[in-house]
Amino acid sequence: MEQINVANVTKIFGEQPPLALEKIKVANVTKIFGSQPSLALQLLGQGLNKEEIFNKTGQAVGLANVEFNVQAGEIVVIMGLSGSGKSTLLRCLNRLIDPTQGNIWIDGVDITTLDHDALLTLRRQKFGMVFQHFALFPHRNIRRNVEYGLEIQEVPAEQRRLKATQALKLVGLEEWEEAMPGQLSGGMQQRVGLARALAVESDILLMDEAFSALDPLIRSDMQEELIALQTRLQKTIVFITHDLDEALKLGNRVVLMKDGQVVQIGTPEDIISDPANDYVKRFVESVDKSKILTAKAVMIPPTVVAHLDDKPTTELLQRLKAEQLNGLLVINDDQTLQGMVRLEVLQQAIERGDSTLQNILETNIPEVKLTDSLQQMIALLAKSSRPLPVVDKQRKIQGLVTDHTVLTALAKRGDSAAAKIGDSTLVKKGD
Amino acid sequence: MEEEQVFTIPKLPLDEWVEQSLEFVTDHFAFITKATSKLLGAGIDNVVAGLTYFNPSVLIIAFGILAWRLAGRNMGIFTILGLALLWNLRLWESTMETLTMVFFSTFISVSVGVPLGIAAAFYRGFYRIIMPLLDFMQTMPAFVYLIPAIPFFGLGPVSAIFATVIFAMPPAIRLTCLGIKQVPVELIEAADAFGSTNRQKLFKLQLPLAIPTIMAGINQTIMLALSMVVIAAMIGAGGLGGEVWKAIQRLNSGMGFEAGIAIVILAMILDRITQKIAKSYEV
Repeated sequence: MEQINVANVTKIFGEQPPLALEKIKVANVTKIFGSQPSLALQLLGQGLNKEEIFNKTGQAVGLANVEFNVQAGEIVVIMGLSGSGKSTLLRCLNRLIDPTQGNIWIDGVDITTLDHDALLTLRRQKFGMVFQHFALFPHRNIRRNVEYGLEIQEVPAEQRRLKATQALKLVGLEEWEEAMPGQLSGGMQQRVGLARALAVESDILLMDEAFSALDPLIRSDMQEELIALQTRLQKTIVFITHDLDEALKLGNRVVLMKDGQVVQIGTPEDIISDPANDYVKRFVESVDKSKILTAKAVMIPPTVVAHLDDKPTTELLQRLKAEQLNGLLVINDDQTLQGMVRLEVLQQAIERGDSTLQNILETNIPEVKLTDSLQQMIALLAKSSRPLPVVDKQRKIQGLVTDHTVLTALAKRGDSAAAKIGDSTLVKKGD
Repeated sequence: MEEEQVFTIPKLPLDEWVEQSLEFVTDHFAFITKATSKLLGAGIDNVVAGLTYFNPSVLIIAFGILAWRLAGRNMGIFTILGLALLWNLRLWESTMETLTMVFFSTFISVSVGVPLGIAAAFYRGFYRIIMPLLDFMQTMPAFVYLIPAIPFFGLGPVSAIFATVIFAMPPAIRLTCLGIKQVPVELIEAADAFGSTNRQKLFKLQLPLAIPTIMAGINQTIMLALSMVVIAAMIGAGGLGGEVWKAIQRLNSGMGFEAGIAIVILAMILDRITQKIAKSYEV
């Protein structure tokens, strides 16, 4: 029967989820579509690729040995083109699609072993899902759409209503409770979809190309809003997209997929600065790197810095010139940034025979934090053209950025792992 | 003759098989069919008696108001004028008989057909069995159903309803099945993702979304029932069909035309009203 045994459920998940670092852990998951999955699995084991297996057996490989995990409170974006298996992977997480092989743990419970009842409970307790084409129920008004997840859990009507209203407030649609889905624009409909997923108050949000059907401007708004919501709610989010810009904007980490396989997993910066192969590289080329790359990724090591009490010498001057720097960064004993001395001023000080840098130090200089984007640095560099010091939270010097390093980083096409950004000797590859 | 010699292969005794199996059913299940017949017959008699108890003018106005509320002012006026004409043509009682038989046939067809349609939508195997059966039921000349109906239920309106149900039920099954299958996969997936049971999916999503299609099926069932009820006059069902049947036997075209017009008016009223109801359910 379809009645759910509550006692069983508690047995399965425990009163509290077991302490586990990973909220979601996916191990060796393979999905074969077709009537003879074992045959395809065998060929897959022999190292044949998706196309060869299809030609030989007529079985479609949806996912091949996928492994990744998601930490609690993290946004992981699964990114790939159509046919890459990203939607299949997402649906394996709540078993809308059953994996052919492999294991998936949610809060330490292997969900691939759950029976029908336990599976329904899993979906009710752990997941909210948002769909590409919203999938709102056209015969229910907005409030009753948002209530749906609670309604099937037989939450009392009053409580249901309260939670639905709260969820609609979160997405700014509390005025529209009584409207029908057809009366709302696409962006608003997707807010309702999001509210419906939030109303069940589950820890994990699965978002399947949630913003792909929206206009670019609305899409961008929704992305901002999701990030804002996430800082408040701290859900674990698995977000699917075919758009790398979106992936890099939203993801704490990005899982890049191709032909059912994971190509690369990493932070947005990892993907941009260190693409795993040509496939990723081709994606990365079209990305606006200035938004993604941070000071940390592009800075060069502070090879020429001076102490506050250092004497201005010709040797310092020579070294600055050798590095093509037109300013000297000055620190104190504990490496905290004190200011900068301009090249011209330094020269004058040498001629005057000053004993320290104290008198010629400019203290009110622009500086950037490790996490600042290239875009922000470009704005600062446009004003001063002096080297920008990069500092950490304690204002200790970590590196510096010049217009040259910025241009190099932008010009670089993610060529190879060897050519780390920050290596200023890198020359743009002609193409 | 040479022609006769060509057919040396013996004829398949299909007729005998059918006869024998029907006989078997009649012999062993007659107590059920006869009881059903009595019960249903009494029900029909009572409803007809109830409808004809009132002065027709009262009912005409009542039907007019009903049509107006359900299908708009024009339909209300048409209903009043149409029924008044039937009354004037001295066809009121026959019309009420026909209406009652249509009502009973439709009620039975829908209460059997909708659950069967739901089952067909959910179970592939059942779908594969029932769809050819429905083709069979719809293409078999309707008259043929009248013959076994008589040994089952005896002459009269109950036999007519039996034959009518068989003839009129297929659209109810078909369109219920279609309506449920038409529910977009995305919506089903959404319902699944939130952990809906099959029952919850059916009652909260699939049936509500299928209602316009199911209503279209019910509309077709009513129309088929009306046409069959007329044919069923041949086995003594009475009603407007009975008037047509009498006219045929007497070769009286004027009388036949009057009864024919009455059927058309009744059909139009039923059709427009059910269509409006179906439309009102559309999302």
